[in-house]
Amino acid sequence: MNTAMLLQMAAEAGVGRFALTSAGRHYAAAELLAAAGGAAERIRASGCQFVSLLDVSSAATPVALFGAAMAGVPYAPLNYRLPADQIRALIARLDSLYLIADEDNCAAHRGDPGIGAALTSAQFLEAALAHPDPEPVWPDDPGIAVQLFTSGTTGPPKAAILRHEHLMSYILGSVEFMSAAEDEATLVSVPPYHIAGISALLSSIYAARRIVQLADFSAPAWLDLVEGEAVTSAFVVPTMLARIVEELEAGSGSRDLRTLRAIAYGGGHMPVSIIERALELFPTVDFTNAYGLTETSSTITLLGPEDHRQAMASDDEETRRRLGSVGQALPSVEIEIRDAGGEALAPGQRGEIYVRGPQVSGEYRERSAVDADGWFPTRDIGYLDADGYLHLGGRADDVIVRGGENISPAEIEEVLLTHPAVVDAAAVAVASEQWGEAVGVAVVLKSGASASADALQDLVRSRLRSSRVPEAVRFVDELPYNETGKLLRRDIKRWFA
Amino acid sequence: MTALKPGLRLKSGVCSAEVMIVKGAGETSLTCGGVPMLGADESADGAAAVAAEMNGCLVGKRYVNEDQSLEVLCIKPGEGSLAADGAPLTVKQAKKLPSSD
Repeated sequence: MNTAMLLQMAAEAGVGRFALTSAGRHYAAAELLAAAGGAAERIRASGCQFVSLLDVSSAATPVALFGAAMAGVPYAPLNYRLPADQIRALIARLDSLYLIADEDNCAAHRGDPGIGAALTSAQFLEAALAHPDPEPVWPDDPGIAVQLFTSGTTGPPKAAILRHEHLMSYILGSVEFMSAAEDEATLVSVPPYHIAGISALLSSIYAARRIVQLADFSAPAWLDLVEGEAVTSAFVVPTMLARIVEELEAGSGSRDLRTLRAIAYGGGHMPVSIIERALELFPTVDFTNAYGLTETSSTITLLGPEDHRQAMASDDEETRRRLGSVGQALPSVEIEIRDAGGEALAPGQRGEIYVRGPQVSGEYRERSAVDADGWFPTRDIGYLDADGYLHLGGRADDVIVRGGENISPAEIEEVLLTHPAVVDAAAVAVASEQWGEAVGVAVVLKSGASASADALQDLVRSRLRSSRVPEAVRFVDELPYNETGKLLRRDIKRWFA
Repeated sequence: MTALKPGLRLKSGVCSAEVMIVKGAGETSLTCGGVPMLGADESADGAAAVAAEMNGCLVGKRYVNEDQSLEVLCIKPGEGSLAADGAPLTVKQAKKLPSSD
Protein backbone atom coordinates (compact mmCIF):
# COMPACT_ATOMS: atom_id res chain seq x y z
CA MET A 1 0.00 0.00 0.00
CA ASN A 2 1.00 3.59 -0.46
CA THR A 3 -0.42 6.57 1.44
CA ALA A 4 -0.23 8.59 -1.81
CA MET A 5 -3.45 6.76 -2.72
CA LEU A 6 -5.35 8.75 -0.08
CA LEU A 7 -4.43 12.04 -1.73
CA GLN A 8 -5.21 10.76 -5.23
CA MET A 9 -8.68 9.59 -4.18
CA ALA A 10 -9.34 12.93 -2.50
CA ALA A 11 -8.11 14.80 -5.58
CA GLU A 12 -10.49 12.92 -7.88
CA ALA A 13 -13.56 12.98 -5.62
CA GLY A 14 -13.04 16.28 -3.86
CA VAL A 15 -13.57 18.58 -6.84
CA GLY A 16 -14.86 21.97 -5.75
CA ARG A 17 -13.40 21.73 -2.25
CA PHE A 18 -10.23 23.07 -0.73
CA ALA A 19 -7.99 20.61 1.11
CA LEU A 20 -5.64 23.10 2.76
CA THR A 21 -5.48 26.69 3.94
CA SER A 22 -1.97 27.83 4.76
CA ALA A 23 -0.77 31.39 5.33
CA GLY A 24 -4.02 32.68 3.81
CA ARG A 25 -3.80 30.68 0.55
CA HIS A 26 -6.14 27.81 -0.35
CA TYR A 27 -5.09 24.59 -2.10
CA ALA A 28 -7.31 21.93 -3.70
CA ALA A 29 -6.36 18.28 -3.20
CA ALA A 30 -5.64 17.99 -6.95
CA GLU A 31 -3.15 20.84 -6.65
CA LEU A 32 -1.39 19.15 -3.72
CA LEU A 33 -1.34 15.85 -5.64
CA ALA A 34 0.30 17.47 -8.67
CA ALA A 35 2.78 19.38 -6.49
CA ALA A 36 3.70 16.19 -4.59
CA GLY A 37 4.13 14.44 -7.95
CA GLY A 38 6.50 17.19 -9.05
CA ALA A 39 8.40 17.03 -5.77
CA ALA A 40 8.68 13.23 -6.06
CA GLU A 41 10.43 13.57 -9.43
CA ARG A 42 13.12 15.78 -7.94
CA ILE A 43 13.49 13.61 -4.83
CA ARG A 44 13.95 10.56 -7.06
CA ALA A 45 16.45 12.42 -9.24
CA SER A 46 18.49 13.41 -6.16
CA GLY A 47 19.04 9.75 -5.27
CA CYS A 48 18.46 10.60 -1.59
CA GLN A 49 17.25 7.88 0.78
CA PHE A 50 15.27 10.09 3.18
CA VAL A 51 13.22 13.29 3.05
CA SER A 52 13.16 15.57 6.09
CA LEU A 53 11.21 18.68 6.85
CA LEU A 54 12.98 20.83 9.43
CA ASP A 55 10.53 23.69 9.75
CA VAL A 56 7.14 24.76 11.07
CA SER A 57 4.10 23.50 9.16
CA SER A 58 3.22 25.09 5.84
CA ALA A 59 1.92 23.94 2.45
CA ALA A 60 5.37 22.35 2.03
CA THR A 61 4.42 19.81 4.76
CA PRO A 62 1.83 17.74 2.84
CA VAL A 63 3.83 18.14 -0.38
CA ALA A 64 6.93 16.71 1.33
CA LEU A 65 4.97 13.92 3.07
CA PHE A 66 3.23 12.71 -0.10
CA GLY A 67 6.18 13.52 -2.36
CA ALA A 68 8.36 11.19 -0.27
CA ALA A 69 5.65 8.49 -0.47
CA MET A 70 5.51 8.80 -4.27
CA ALA A 71 9.30 8.70 -4.49
CA GLY A 72 9.24 5.60 -2.27
CA VAL A 73 11.55 6.96 0.44
CA PRO A 74 10.84 7.50 4.16
CA TYR A 75 9.64 10.90 5.35
CA ALA A 76 11.57 11.82 8.50
CA PRO A 77 10.49 15.22 9.84
CA LEU A 78 12.82 16.78 12.42
CA ASN A 79 12.18 18.96 15.44
CA TYR A 80 13.28 22.48 14.46
CA ARG A 81 13.43 23.50 18.13
CA LEU A 82 16.35 21.20 18.91
CA PRO A 83 19.83 22.66 19.32
CA ALA A 84 22.02 22.53 16.18
CA ASP A 85 24.32 19.76 17.45
CA GLN A 86 21.36 17.47 18.19
CA ILE A 87 19.87 18.15 14.74
CA ARG A 88 23.27 17.36 13.21
CA ALA A 89 23.39 14.05 15.09
CA LEU A 90 19.94 13.09 13.76
CA ILE A 91 20.84 14.10 10.18
CA ALA A 92 23.85 11.77 10.42
CA ARG A 93 21.35 8.95 10.99
CA LEU A 94 19.49 9.86 7.75
CA ASP A 95 22.14 9.26 5.11
CA SER A 96 21.60 10.56 2.45
CA LEU A 97 19.06 13.23 3.18
CA TYR A 98 16.88 15.51 1.05
CA LEU A 99 16.53 18.39 3.53
CA ILE A 100 13.71 20.94 3.41
CA ALA A 101 14.24 23.57 6.10
CA ASP A 102 13.59 27.12 7.20
CA GLU A 103 16.20 29.61 6.01
CA ASP A 104 18.35 29.56 9.16
CA ASN A 105 18.40 25.79 9.48
CA CYS A 106 18.99 25.35 5.75
CA ALA A 107 22.04 27.56 5.96
CA ALA A 108 23.25 25.92 9.17
CA HIS A 109 22.91 22.31 8.03
CA ARG A 110 23.39 22.24 4.25
CA GLY A 111 27.01 21.18 4.73
CA ASP A 112 26.33 18.49 7.36
CA PRO A 113 27.58 14.96 6.71
CA GLY A 114 24.70 12.98 5.21
CA ILE A 115 23.05 15.85 3.32
CA GLY A 116 22.35 14.95 -0.33
CA ALA A 117 20.29 18.03 -1.16
CA ALA A 118 19.20 21.04 0.88
CA LEU A 119 16.62 23.69 0.06
CA THR A 120 14.34 26.06 1.91
CA SER A 121 10.66 25.25 2.38
CA ALA A 122 9.79 28.20 0.13
CA GLN A 123 12.10 26.99 -2.65
CA PHE A 124 10.79 23.44 -2.33
CA LEU A 125 7.14 24.50 -2.49
CA GLU A 126 7.69 26.99 -5.30
CA ALA A 127 9.44 24.40 -7.47
CA ALA A 128 6.77 21.77 -6.75
CA LEU A 129 3.96 24.15 -7.70
CA ALA A 130 5.81 25.44 -10.77
CA HIS A 131 6.65 21.97 -12.14
CA PRO A 132 3.71 19.79 -11.12
CA ASP A 133 3.00 16.24 -12.21
CA PRO A 134 -0.80 15.93 -12.30
CA GLU A 135 -0.68 12.17 -12.96
CA PRO A 136 2.02 10.90 -10.63
CA VAL A 137 2.94 7.23 -10.41
CA TRP A 138 4.35 5.51 -7.36
CA PRO A 139 5.44 2.08 -6.15
CA ASP A 140 2.59 -0.09 -4.80
CA ASP A 141 4.38 -0.72 -1.54
CA PRO A 142 7.63 1.09 -0.79
CA GLY A 143 7.71 -0.18 2.80
CA ILE A 144 8.62 2.58 5.25
CA ALA A 145 6.43 5.67 5.05
CA VAL A 146 7.59 7.64 8.05
CA GLN A 147 10.57 7.58 10.37
CA LEU A 148 10.06 9.65 13.50
CA PHE A 149 12.54 10.29 16.23
CA THR A 150 10.80 9.86 19.57
CA SER A 151 11.02 12.81 21.93
CA GLY A 152 13.67 11.05 24.00
CA THR A 153 12.41 12.10 27.43
CA THR A 154 13.99 8.97 28.91
CA GLY A 155 17.09 8.51 26.72
CA PRO A 156 18.57 9.22 23.30
CA PRO A 157 15.89 9.57 20.57
CA LYS A 158 14.78 6.27 19.04
CA ALA A 159 13.99 6.09 15.30
CA ALA A 160 10.42 4.74 15.19
CA ILE A 161 9.33 3.32 11.85
CA LEU A 162 5.82 3.40 10.41
CA ARG A 163 5.19 1.46 7.22
CA HIS A 164 2.60 2.49 4.64
CA GLU A 165 0.51 -0.52 5.71
CA HIS A 166 0.33 0.76 9.31
CA LEU A 167 -0.77 4.27 8.38
CA MET A 168 -3.20 2.99 5.74
CA SER A 169 -4.70 0.51 8.24
CA TYR A 170 -5.18 3.35 10.69
CA ILE A 171 -6.82 5.68 8.15
CA LEU A 172 -9.00 3.07 6.42
CA GLY A 173 -10.06 1.65 9.78
CA SER A 174 -10.97 4.92 11.45
CA VAL A 175 -11.88 7.48 8.75
CA GLU A 176 -14.76 7.26 6.30
CA PHE A 177 -13.79 8.52 2.83
CA MET A 178 -15.25 11.97 1.99
CA SER A 179 -17.24 11.91 5.23
CA ALA A 180 -16.69 15.58 6.11
CA ALA A 181 -19.48 18.06 5.45
CA GLU A 182 -18.61 20.75 2.92
CA ASP A 183 -18.17 23.48 5.55
CA GLU A 184 -15.81 21.44 7.75
CA ALA A 185 -12.39 22.88 8.50
CA THR A 186 -9.92 21.53 11.02
CA LEU A 187 -7.24 23.56 12.76
CA VAL A 188 -3.88 21.78 12.90
CA SER A 189 -1.52 23.36 15.41
CA VAL A 190 0.66 20.39 16.35
CA PRO A 191 4.13 20.54 14.79
CA PRO A 192 4.87 18.48 11.66
CA TYR A 193 7.38 16.22 13.44
CA HIS A 194 4.69 14.96 15.83
CA ILE A 195 2.73 11.82 14.86
CA ALA A 196 -0.51 13.76 15.42
CA GLY A 197 0.65 16.29 12.83
CA ILE A 198 1.08 13.52 10.28
CA SER A 199 -2.12 11.64 11.08
CA ALA A 200 -4.06 14.92 10.98
CA LEU A 201 -2.97 15.47 7.36
CA LEU A 202 -3.81 11.92 6.28
CA SER A 203 -7.19 11.78 8.10
CA SER A 204 -8.46 15.13 6.99
CA ILE A 205 -7.37 14.75 3.39
CA TYR A 206 -9.14 11.38 3.19
CA ALA A 207 -12.27 12.77 4.89
CA ALA A 208 -12.13 15.82 2.56
CA ARG A 209 -12.01 18.13 5.56
CA ARG A 210 -10.18 21.40 4.89
CA ILE A 211 -6.97 21.68 6.91
CA VAL A 212 -6.15 25.09 8.37
CA GLN A 213 -2.55 25.28 9.54
CA LEU A 214 -1.26 27.26 12.50
CA ALA A 215 2.53 27.28 12.29
CA ASP A 216 3.34 28.64 15.72
CA PHE A 217 0.81 28.03 18.49
CA SER A 218 -0.40 30.72 20.82
CA ALA A 219 -3.88 30.84 22.33
CA PRO A 220 -4.81 34.21 20.77
CA ALA A 221 -3.58 33.12 17.31
CA TRP A 222 -5.50 29.85 17.63
CA LEU A 223 -8.71 31.66 18.61
CA ASP A 224 -8.22 34.22 15.80
CA LEU A 225 -7.95 31.43 13.22
CA VAL A 226 -11.04 29.63 14.55
CA GLU A 227 -12.96 32.85 14.04
CA GLY A 228 -11.33 33.99 10.80
CA GLU A 229 -11.41 30.64 8.99
CA ALA A 230 -14.75 29.41 10.40
CA VAL A 231 -12.97 26.39 11.87
CA THR A 232 -15.25 23.49 12.88
CA SER A 233 -12.80 21.12 14.61
CA ALA A 234 -9.32 21.02 16.10
CA PHE A 235 -6.79 18.75 17.74
CA VAL A 236 -4.78 20.11 20.65
CA VAL A 237 -2.27 18.79 23.15
CA PRO A 238 -3.12 19.38 26.84
CA THR A 239 -0.89 22.43 27.30
CA MET A 240 -2.57 24.09 24.30
CA LEU A 241 -6.04 23.48 25.71
CA ALA A 242 -4.92 24.82 29.10
CA ARG A 243 -3.74 28.05 27.45
CA ILE A 244 -6.93 28.40 25.40
CA VAL A 245 -9.00 27.93 28.56
CA GLU A 246 -6.94 30.54 30.43
CA GLU A 247 -7.18 33.01 27.53
CA LEU A 248 -10.97 32.66 27.37
CA GLU A 249 -11.38 32.85 31.15
CA ALA A 250 -9.34 36.05 31.17
CA GLY A 251 -12.07 37.28 28.81
CA SER A 252 -9.93 39.40 26.49
CA GLY A 253 -12.37 40.79 23.93
CA SER A 254 -15.49 39.17 22.55
CA ARG A 255 -15.10 36.30 20.13
CA ASP A 256 -17.52 34.43 17.93
CA LEU A 257 -16.47 30.80 18.14
CA ARG A 258 -19.84 29.34 17.16
CA THR A 259 -18.50 27.44 14.15
CA LEU A 260 -16.41 25.21 16.44
CA ARG A 261 -18.16 21.85 16.86
CA ALA A 262 -15.43 19.42 17.93
CA ILE A 263 -12.17 19.45 19.87
CA ALA A 264 -9.96 16.37 20.10
CA TYR A 265 -7.12 16.28 22.59
CA GLY A 266 -4.25 13.94 23.34
CA GLY A 267 -0.49 13.64 23.30
CA GLY A 268 -0.04 13.88 27.05
CA HIS A 269 -1.82 13.73 30.36
CA MET A 270 -4.84 16.05 30.55
CA PRO A 271 -5.66 17.22 34.07
CA VAL A 272 -9.36 16.64 34.79
CA SER A 273 -9.67 20.21 36.07
CA ILE A 274 -8.71 21.58 32.62
CA ILE A 275 -11.17 19.41 30.72
CA GLU A 276 -13.97 20.31 33.15
CA ARG A 277 -13.33 24.02 32.61
CA ALA A 278 -13.15 23.48 28.83
CA LEU A 279 -16.48 21.64 28.85
CA GLU A 280 -18.04 24.60 30.68
CA LEU A 281 -16.54 27.14 28.28
CA PHE A 282 -17.62 25.16 25.19
CA PRO A 283 -20.96 23.61 26.19
CA THR A 284 -21.95 22.78 22.59
CA VAL A 285 -18.58 21.41 21.46
CA ASP A 286 -17.99 17.66 21.12
CA PHE A 287 -14.85 16.65 23.04
CA THR A 288 -12.84 13.56 22.13
CA ASN A 289 -9.82 12.31 24.04
CA ALA A 290 -7.38 10.28 21.97
CA TYR A 291 -4.57 8.11 23.27
CA GLY A 292 -1.88 6.77 21.02
CA LEU A 293 1.84 6.62 20.45
CA THR A 294 4.13 7.26 17.53
CA GLU A 295 4.68 3.48 17.37
CA THR A 296 0.93 2.84 16.99
CA SER A 297 0.29 5.24 14.06
CA SER A 298 -1.48 7.68 16.41
CA THR A 299 -4.85 6.95 18.05
CA ILE A 300 -5.57 3.54 19.62
CA THR A 301 -8.25 4.51 22.16
CA LEU A 302 -10.97 7.13 22.14
CA LEU A 303 -13.13 8.78 24.77
CA GLY A 304 -15.92 10.18 22.60
CA PRO A 305 -18.29 13.14 23.02
CA GLU A 306 -21.09 11.00 24.48
CA ASP A 307 -18.67 9.53 27.05
CA HIS A 308 -17.68 13.05 28.10
CA ARG A 309 -21.31 14.17 28.55
CA GLN A 310 -22.30 11.02 30.47
CA ALA A 311 -19.31 11.33 32.79
CA MET A 312 -19.97 15.03 33.46
CA ALA A 313 -23.65 14.42 34.20
CA SER A 314 -23.24 11.25 36.25
CA ASP A 315 -23.43 10.85 40.03
CA ASP A 316 -21.93 7.38 39.78
CA GLU A 317 -18.29 7.55 40.81
CA GLU A 318 -17.11 4.94 38.29
CA THR A 319 -18.82 6.72 35.36
CA ARG A 320 -17.62 10.11 36.55
CA ARG A 321 -14.06 8.79 36.73
CA ARG A 322 -14.15 8.05 32.98
CA LEU A 323 -13.60 11.74 32.31
CA GLY A 324 -10.03 11.07 33.39
CA SER A 325 -9.73 8.00 31.14
CA VAL A 326 -8.65 7.77 27.50
CA GLY A 327 -11.71 5.75 26.52
CA GLN A 328 -12.08 2.46 24.70
CA ALA A 329 -9.95 0.75 22.05
CA LEU A 330 -10.66 1.35 18.34
CA PRO A 331 -12.53 -1.60 16.77
CA SER A 332 -9.37 -2.96 15.11
CA VAL A 333 -7.16 -2.57 18.19
CA GLU A 334 -6.72 -4.98 21.12
CA ILE A 335 -5.45 -3.91 24.52
CA GLU A 336 -4.13 -6.06 27.34
CA ILE A 337 -2.75 -5.09 30.74
CA ARG A 338 0.12 -7.28 31.91
CA ASP A 339 2.11 -7.61 35.11
CA ALA A 340 5.91 -7.49 35.28
CA GLY A 341 6.04 -11.24 34.56
CA GLY A 342 4.01 -10.84 31.35
CA GLU A 343 0.76 -12.32 32.73
CA ALA A 344 -2.52 -10.71 31.66
CA LEU A 345 -4.26 -8.81 34.45
CA ALA A 346 -7.98 -8.53 35.24
CA PRO A 347 -10.01 -5.28 34.94
CA GLY A 348 -9.14 -2.80 37.65
CA GLN A 349 -5.58 -4.08 38.02
CA ARG A 350 -2.74 -1.77 37.10
CA GLY A 351 0.10 -2.93 34.87
CA GLU A 352 1.86 -2.27 31.58
CA ILE A 353 -0.34 -1.56 28.55
CA TYR A 354 0.17 -3.93 25.60
CA VAL A 355 -1.43 -3.24 22.22
CA ARG A 356 -1.98 -5.22 19.02
CA GLY A 357 -3.54 -4.42 15.65
CA PRO A 358 -2.80 -3.74 11.97
CA GLN A 359 -1.87 -0.08 12.64
CA VAL A 360 0.66 -1.01 15.35
CA SER A 361 4.25 -0.90 14.14
CA GLY A 362 6.28 -1.16 17.34
CA GLU A 363 9.33 -1.13 15.13
CA TYR A 364 12.50 0.90 15.45
CA ARG A 365 15.36 1.31 12.99
CA GLU A 366 17.51 -0.89 15.21
CA ARG A 367 14.99 -3.51 16.39
CA SER A 368 11.33 -4.44 16.69
CA ALA A 369 9.72 -4.29 20.13
CA VAL A 370 6.75 -6.44 19.04
CA ASP A 371 6.59 -9.99 20.46
CA ALA A 372 5.93 -13.18 18.45
CA ASP A 373 2.14 -12.78 18.84
CA GLY A 374 2.15 -9.19 17.59
CA TRP A 375 1.84 -7.43 20.96
CA PHE A 376 3.67 -4.14 21.47
CA PRO A 377 4.64 -3.13 25.03
CA THR A 378 3.87 0.58 25.24
CA ARG A 379 5.94 1.20 28.43
CA ASP A 380 2.83 3.07 29.63
CA ILE A 381 1.15 2.03 32.87
CA GLY A 382 -2.62 1.78 33.20
CA TYR A 383 -5.69 -0.27 33.93
CA LEU A 384 -8.93 -1.12 32.14
CA ASP A 385 -12.23 -0.69 33.99
CA ALA A 386 -15.03 -3.26 33.76
CA ASP A 387 -16.34 -1.66 30.53
CA GLY A 388 -12.96 -1.47 28.82
CA TYR A 389 -12.18 2.19 29.51
CA LEU A 390 -8.44 2.66 29.74
CA HIS A 391 -7.01 4.73 32.58
CA LEU A 392 -3.40 5.84 32.21
CA GLY A 393 -0.95 5.99 35.07
CA GLY A 394 2.18 7.42 33.46
CA ARG A 395 5.29 5.89 31.93
CA ALA A 396 6.66 2.62 33.31
CA ASP A 397 10.02 4.36 33.69
CA ASP A 398 8.39 7.00 35.91
CA VAL A 399 6.90 4.54 38.40
CA ILE A 400 8.10 5.21 41.92
CA VAL A 401 9.26 2.05 43.68
CA ARG A 402 9.00 2.63 47.42
CA GLY A 403 10.11 -0.32 49.51
CA GLY A 404 9.10 -2.73 46.75
CA GLU A 405 5.71 -1.10 46.23
CA ASN A 406 4.96 0.38 42.78
CA ILE A 407 3.45 3.85 42.91
CA SER A 408 2.11 5.58 39.83
CA PRO A 409 2.76 9.35 39.80
CA ALA A 410 -0.68 9.94 38.26
CA GLU A 411 -2.50 8.68 41.39
CA ILE A 412 -0.83 11.29 43.56
CA GLU A 413 -1.05 14.08 40.97
CA GLU A 414 -4.80 13.59 40.51
CA VAL A 415 -5.35 13.97 44.27
CA LEU A 416 -3.16 17.09 44.53
CA LEU A 417 -5.03 18.70 41.62
CA THR A 418 -8.29 18.46 43.55
CA HIS A 419 -6.92 21.02 46.05
CA PRO A 420 -8.39 24.44 45.15
CA ALA A 421 -5.02 26.20 45.39
CA VAL A 422 -3.15 23.76 43.11
CA VAL A 423 -2.96 24.33 39.34
CA ASP A 424 -0.29 21.79 38.41
CA ALA A 425 1.57 19.00 40.16
CA ALA A 426 4.14 16.33 39.37
CA ALA A 427 5.19 13.38 41.49
CA VAL A 428 8.64 11.86 40.98
CA ALA A 429 10.90 9.36 42.69
CA VAL A 430 13.32 10.87 45.18
CA ALA A 431 16.15 8.97 46.82
CA SER A 432 15.32 7.61 50.25
CA GLU A 433 17.73 5.81 52.59
CA GLN A 434 14.93 3.90 54.22
CA TRP A 435 12.82 2.96 51.15
CA GLY A 436 15.19 3.16 48.20
CA GLU A 437 12.78 5.59 46.56
CA ALA A 438 10.10 7.82 48.02
CA VAL A 439 7.62 10.33 46.64
CA GLY A 440 8.60 13.91 45.92
CA VAL A 441 6.10 16.38 44.51
CA ALA A 442 6.57 19.65 42.68
CA VAL A 443 3.51 21.85 43.00
CA VAL A 444 2.39 25.01 41.22
CA LEU A 445 -0.08 27.16 43.16
CA LYS A 446 -2.69 29.47 41.70
CA SER A 447 -1.49 33.06 41.82
CA GLY A 448 -2.56 34.61 45.10
CA ALA A 449 -3.57 31.25 46.61
CA SER A 450 -1.68 29.40 49.30
CA ALA A 451 -1.38 25.87 50.64
CA SER A 452 1.14 24.43 53.08
CA ALA A 453 3.19 21.28 52.50
CA ASP A 454 1.44 19.80 55.54
CA ALA A 455 -1.99 20.46 54.07
CA LEU A 456 -1.04 18.74 50.79
CA GLN A 457 0.45 15.77 52.64
CA ASP A 458 -2.74 15.49 54.72
CA LEU A 459 -4.84 15.59 51.56
CA VAL A 460 -2.93 12.68 50.01
CA ARG A 461 -3.04 10.76 53.31
CA SER A 462 -6.81 11.18 53.49
CA ARG A 463 -7.36 9.79 49.97
CA LEU A 464 -4.59 7.24 49.37
CA ARG A 465 -2.45 4.76 51.26
CA SER A 466 0.19 6.22 53.58
CA SER A 467 3.00 5.04 51.24
CA ARG A 468 1.75 7.65 48.72
CA VAL A 469 2.23 10.62 51.05
CA PRO A 470 4.96 12.84 49.61
CA GLU A 471 8.13 12.97 51.66
CA ALA A 472 9.29 16.13 49.92
CA VAL A 473 7.10 18.99 48.69
CA ARG A 474 8.53 21.75 46.56
CA PHE A 475 6.62 24.82 45.41
CA VAL A 476 7.59 26.11 41.95
CA ASP A 477 6.38 28.77 39.51
CA GLU A 478 5.83 26.30 36.69
CA LEU A 479 6.59 22.72 35.64
CA PRO A 480 8.90 22.00 32.70
CA TYR A 481 7.11 20.78 29.55
CA ASN A 482 8.48 20.23 26.08
CA GLU A 483 6.75 22.01 23.17
CA THR A 484 4.26 19.19 22.58
CA GLY A 485 3.17 19.10 26.18
CA LYS A 486 5.23 16.24 27.55
CA LEU A 487 6.22 16.74 31.16
CA LEU A 488 10.00 16.57 31.57
CA ARG A 489 10.19 14.46 34.73
CA ARG A 490 13.93 14.07 34.44
CA ASP A 491 14.30 17.81 35.03
CA ILE A 492 11.97 17.71 38.03
CA LYS A 493 13.91 14.81 39.57
CA ARG A 494 17.03 16.97 39.48
CA TRP A 495 15.32 19.53 41.75
CA PHE A 496 15.19 16.90 44.49
CA ALA A 497 18.71 15.53 43.96
CA MET B 1 -6.18 -15.89 -11.51
CA THR B 2 -4.03 -13.14 -10.06
CA ALA B 3 -1.43 -13.35 -7.30
CA LEU B 4 -2.76 -10.84 -4.78
CA LYS B 5 -0.75 -8.86 -2.29
CA PRO B 6 -1.52 -5.74 -0.26
CA GLY B 7 -0.98 -2.56 -2.23
CA LEU B 8 -1.63 -4.18 -5.64
CA ARG B 9 -3.93 -2.09 -7.83
CA LEU B 10 -6.31 -3.70 -10.31
CA LYS B 11 -8.75 -2.20 -12.82
CA SER B 12 -12.04 -3.42 -14.18
CA GLY B 13 -12.25 -4.90 -17.68
CA VAL B 14 -15.82 -3.66 -18.14
CA CYS B 15 -16.13 -0.30 -16.39
CA SER B 16 -14.16 2.53 -14.79
CA ALA B 17 -13.74 0.78 -11.41
CA GLU B 18 -10.33 0.34 -9.80
CA VAL B 19 -9.43 -1.37 -6.55
CA MET B 20 -6.43 -1.70 -4.26
CA ILE B 21 -5.81 -4.88 -2.27
CA VAL B 22 -5.82 -4.08 1.46
CA LYS B 23 -5.66 -7.61 2.84
CA GLY B 24 -5.29 -10.99 1.24
CA ALA B 25 -2.64 -12.95 -0.59
CA GLY B 26 -2.32 -15.79 -3.05
CA GLU B 27 -3.96 -16.82 -6.29
CA THR B 28 -7.48 -15.45 -6.48
CA SER B 29 -9.87 -14.77 -9.33
CA LEU B 30 -11.01 -11.23 -8.64
CA THR B 31 -13.76 -10.08 -11.00
CA CYS B 32 -15.69 -6.90 -11.68
CA GLY B 33 -18.95 -7.27 -13.60
CA GLY B 34 -18.15 -10.98 -13.86
CA VAL B 35 -14.93 -10.37 -15.84
CA PRO B 36 -11.42 -10.81 -14.36
CA MET B 37 -9.80 -7.57 -13.16
CA LEU B 38 -6.61 -6.42 -14.86
CA GLY B 39 -3.15 -5.31 -13.79
CA ALA B 40 -1.84 -1.85 -14.65
CA ASP B 41 -0.31 -2.89 -18.00
CA GLU B 42 -2.96 -5.41 -19.08
CA SER B 43 -5.79 -4.44 -21.42
CA ALA B 44 -9.34 -5.72 -21.66
CA ASP B 45 -9.89 -8.69 -23.99
CA GLY B 46 -13.41 -7.59 -24.89
CA ALA B 47 -15.23 -10.09 -22.66
CA ALA B 48 -18.80 -8.97 -22.03
CA ALA B 49 -19.99 -8.03 -18.58
CA VAL B 50 -22.44 -10.31 -16.79
CA ALA B 51 -25.63 -8.26 -16.47
CA ALA B 52 -26.42 -9.65 -13.01
CA GLU B 53 -23.04 -8.43 -11.76
CA MET B 54 -23.44 -4.78 -12.73
CA ASN B 55 -24.69 -3.34 -9.47
CA GLY B 56 -21.82 -0.91 -8.99
CA CYS B 57 -18.99 -0.32 -6.55
CA LEU B 58 -18.46 2.89 -4.60
CA VAL B 59 -15.23 4.79 -4.17
CA GLY B 60 -13.87 4.79 -0.62
CA LYS B 61 -15.78 1.65 0.38
CA ARG B 62 -13.97 -1.46 1.53
CA TYR B 63 -15.25 -4.76 0.15
CA VAL B 64 -14.67 -8.12 1.83
CA ASN B 65 -15.33 -11.80 1.16
CA GLU B 66 -17.34 -13.87 3.55
CA ASP B 67 -14.58 -14.82 6.01
CA GLN B 68 -12.93 -11.38 5.59
CA SER B 69 -9.67 -12.98 4.49
CA LEU B 70 -9.80 -10.68 1.45
CA GLU B 71 -10.34 -6.94 1.67
CA VAL B 72 -10.14 -4.48 -1.22
CA LEU B 73 -10.55 -0.72 -1.29
CA CYS B 74 -12.49 0.74 -4.21
CA ILE B 75 -10.27 3.60 -5.40
CA LYS B 76 -12.31 4.51 -8.50
CA PRO B 77 -16.05 3.94 -8.80
CA GLY B 78 -17.71 1.88 -11.55
CA GLU B 79 -20.84 0.06 -12.64
CA GLY B 80 -19.53 -3.47 -12.10
CA SER B 81 -19.84 -5.36 -8.83
CA LEU B 82 -16.87 -7.12 -7.25
CA ALA B 83 -16.51 -10.84 -6.65
CA ALA B 84 -13.72 -13.21 -5.63
CA ASP B 85 -13.62 -16.81 -6.84
CA GLY B 86 -17.26 -16.48 -7.88
CA ALA B 87 -18.60 -15.17 -4.57
CA PRO B 88 -19.78 -11.54 -4.37
CA LEU B 89 -17.84 -9.16 -2.13
CA THR B 90 -19.85 -7.07 0.33
CA VAL B 91 -19.26 -3.65 1.84
CA LYS B 92 -17.38 -3.80 5.13
CA GLN B 93 -19.49 -1.97 7.67
CA ALA B 94 -17.44 0.37 9.83
CA LYS B 95 -18.35 1.86 13.18
CA LYS B 96 -18.57 5.63 12.87
CA LEU B 97 -15.86 7.17 15.02
CA PRO B 98 -15.39 10.77 16.10
CA SER B 99 -12.36 12.42 14.51
CA SER B 100 -9.41 12.17 16.85
CA ASP B 101 -6.84 14.09 14.85
